[in-house]
Amino acid sequence: MKTHRRNKLIAIIGGLVLISGAVALILYALSSNINHFYPPTEVSQGKAPMDRTIRVGGLVAYNSVKRADDGLEVAFTVTDNQNTLEVRYEGILPDLFKEGQGVIAEGKLVSKTEFKATKVLAKHDEKYMPPEVEQSLEKYGHPVQSKSTEY
Amino acid sequence: MIPELGNFLLIMAFINAIFLGVLSFVGAHYEHQGLMRFTKRSAISIFLLILASFICLTVSFINNDFSVAYVANHSNSQLPIYYRISAVWGAHEGSLLLWVLILAGWMAAVAVFSKALPKPLVSRVLGVMGFIAVGFIAFTLFTSNPFERVLPFIPIDGADLNPLLQDFGLIVHPPMLYMGYVGFAVVFAFAIAGLLEGELDNQWARWSRPWTTVAWIFLSLGIALGSWWAYYELGWGGWWFWDPVENASFMPWLAGTALIHSLAATEKRGVFKSWTVLLAILTFSLSLLGTFLVRSGVLTSVHSFANDPVRGRFILVFLGIVVGASLLIFAIQSSKIRSKSNFGIFSREAALLFNNALLAVVTFMVLLGTLHPLIQEAFTGGKSSVGPPYFNLMFSIFMIPILILMPIGQQINWKQEPIKPLLTKYWIWALGSILLGFAIVMMMGEVAPMAFVGTALGLWVAAGCAKYILGQTSKSDSFSSGLKKISLSYWGMIVAHLGVAITVLGVVLTSYYSVEKNIKIHQGETVQVEDLNVEFYDFNNLEGPNYISSAGSFRIYMDGKLLADLHPEKRKYHASSMVMTEADINAGLFRDIYVVMGEPLDDGAWAVSVHYKAFVRWIWLGALVMALGGLLAVSDKRYRQRKRERKNAKKNGADKNTANSDSLGADSE
Repeated sequence: MKTHRRNKLIAIIGGLVLISGAVALILYALSSNINHFYPPTEVSQGKAPMDRTIRVGGLVAYNSVKRADDGLEVAFTVTDNQNTLEVRYEGILPDLFKEGQGVIAEGKLVSKTEFKATKVLAKHDEKYMPPEVEQSLEKYGHPVQSKSTEY
Repeated sequence: MIPELGNFLLIMAFINAIFLGVLSFVGAHYEHQGLMRFTKRSAISIFLLILASFICLTVSFINNDFSVAYVANHSNSQLPIYYRISAVWGAHEGSLLLWVLILAGWMAAVAVFSKALPKPLVSRVLGVMGFIAVGFIAFTLFTSNPFERVLPFIPIDGADLNPLLQDFGLIVHPPMLYMGYVGFAVVFAFAIAGLLEGELDNQWARWSRPWTTVAWIFLSLGIALGSWWAYYELGWGGWWFWDPVENASFMPWLAGTALIHSLAATEKRGVFKSWTVLLAILTFSLSLLGTFLVRSGVLTSVHSFANDPVRGRFILVFLGIVVGASLLIFAIQSSKIRSKSNFGIFSREAALLFNNALLAVVTFMVLLGTLHPLIQEAFTGGKSSVGPPYFNLMFSIFMIPILILMPIGQQINWKQEPIKPLLTKYWIWALGSILLGFAIVMMMGEVAPMAFVGTALGLWVAAGCAKYILGQTSKSDSFSSGLKKISLSYWGMIVAHLGVAITVLGVVLTSYYSVEKNIKIHQGETVQVEDLNVEFYDFNNLEGPNYISSAGSFRIYMDGKLLADLHPEKRKYHASSMVMTEADINAGLFRDIYVVMGEPLDDGAWAVSVHYKAFVRWIWLGALVMALGGLLAVSDKRYRQRKRERKNAKKNGADKNTANSDSLGADSE
């Protein structure tokens, strides 16, 4: 019986050590993989870090989408109705990407006014506005009128 | 009239559910035969009422009754009839009605299929489910009623169903997923009922097991369907994004998988009882959390739909009540649960314990990554998201020990087994997996260390299944008579584990050996993408029933041989003026070729995305095989035999200990 108890104790302690190790590992990995969101105003204020992956977002400015002649590079301007940020992206934009609509881009800052995106987020629903964008518009620009046609 | 009838039926179901929730416990407490009979009938009648109500909504959709706000917002007279029917669950209100319908369906199933169970237990189980039904019907009726009218200004036509949802995937994916989500309510109800009775014996685990497995089968299929749908419909060729909405369905699956394994240990050996009960509570709580995350829109998701914070708050409060109440019951009653715990470090119990610890850690990992943006926002007010690298890295790290141990865990004996002789039987298989894994990775192209590790592990798990079958049959006279001796529940385990191996191979090989390239291409031009030659040979403007489309035609060659002739489209839907890409895919067992029309460029060329997806079908094939394994496991005849045996045992007045002494098929050696 004694060895039985000792075995049980060893198992419990071993389990606890393993699990706390796993949790520590998770927390460490998590801390280095968080992508913060910054609206253009905060980017221009220098609040966003330059060397890590972040998300930026706002409305796509009208007449700002420009394609390169010889490739798939595309550039557009994101605005929160106070400041703007130039976003460059190589690839195919999602279906619901439209001038005047909300957008979120993931990537890294090149400078305070330029952003290189690796991913542009698409939405399933054109009425949908990402909560980040909605909040930052309320904070820095003029809140958008809801275009939704709910009865 | 029909929408009002639907609404009325739903209210009737609501009242019925309140009665069920209260009277079932009274009936069970006093063992009142009449009340316990009422409980069963009530459960069935709730199901029939909600079914009728659901049919009313469907009829409104079929008749294009745009005076109903929900129909007007999510349908259109041009929509084909089958999409008008699937549009019933195409948005929030209707999908909630589907949720409630499925819950009621599970209730009715419990009422019908548990004749062999003690009546007070069935009453309590139905009572707990009745309470859940009360919560969700109230949610439907008071915050998201699909039957609300738009009067007096009835729109002439509907706003149309989101074009993304006009697809076969939407017809089947949500019902499957909900069957799984909601199905875990049954084992949850069993856990609460068992706790209330203070009696959680092996029988309890045996009764809960098939329900859990069936729910798990549906959830597995639902997740796989969702992944497949996203793959062909979203047009980015991805099959999993670690998006909050996807994680919302994956967490209950992980917890449910752990639950299936711990239930096995509880049923067969009477161990881990408290943990199993807690896991049952957690699994259903994660299902509710998933519903909350999807419905409230608190997290930014690629799958987000327009949503409403008030609705989110309702589910959050409900989630709080369910989790709080069940944990309270657990805290009060768990001291009555007695587990046995005499097993060695090298035993099947220990292996299952390890499996559960790892799966619990993985679930926690996904939970933390999913909720972190919310926690962060609560403390700092800043918005953030957690990137896929976190999930990919952590998931791989924790999957490695799970996969290494799987073949050994399924073979090792209960109680105690010397580990050395067992391991010596395995080294040949391990070596074989490593060598074959290396050969496959060499053949596929560049040898990436993680690709090699993943491939070898997938093969190792498959080898474990083969080894198991060989081991069992070698004791019999012939191979076929040996196969017959393996019981169905063991076949279930082997097949499900084989499914894991297939999915692992698919995930690893797709991730490392796929090619994805965006090209600019003119009509008549041929562009080379790695080994593929892509020819853009035709372009047409087509007209569909409710959209116009630009369709390109592409021929894909490899080494001068025609591999595929593909016709991707870019559609514009009339009613919503939404633009949608329709990828065209040439599917094969070992690779998919996937072409998407991007955008027209200024000089008449098109941006086109070409993907070569190695082994991508294996991901969903593996899920199908896992589900098949589940199906085999629930078909095991002991779940039905038990009824007869119990009846006999009851006559003899000694049914308490039959379950402890039983041993089945393969584990009696």
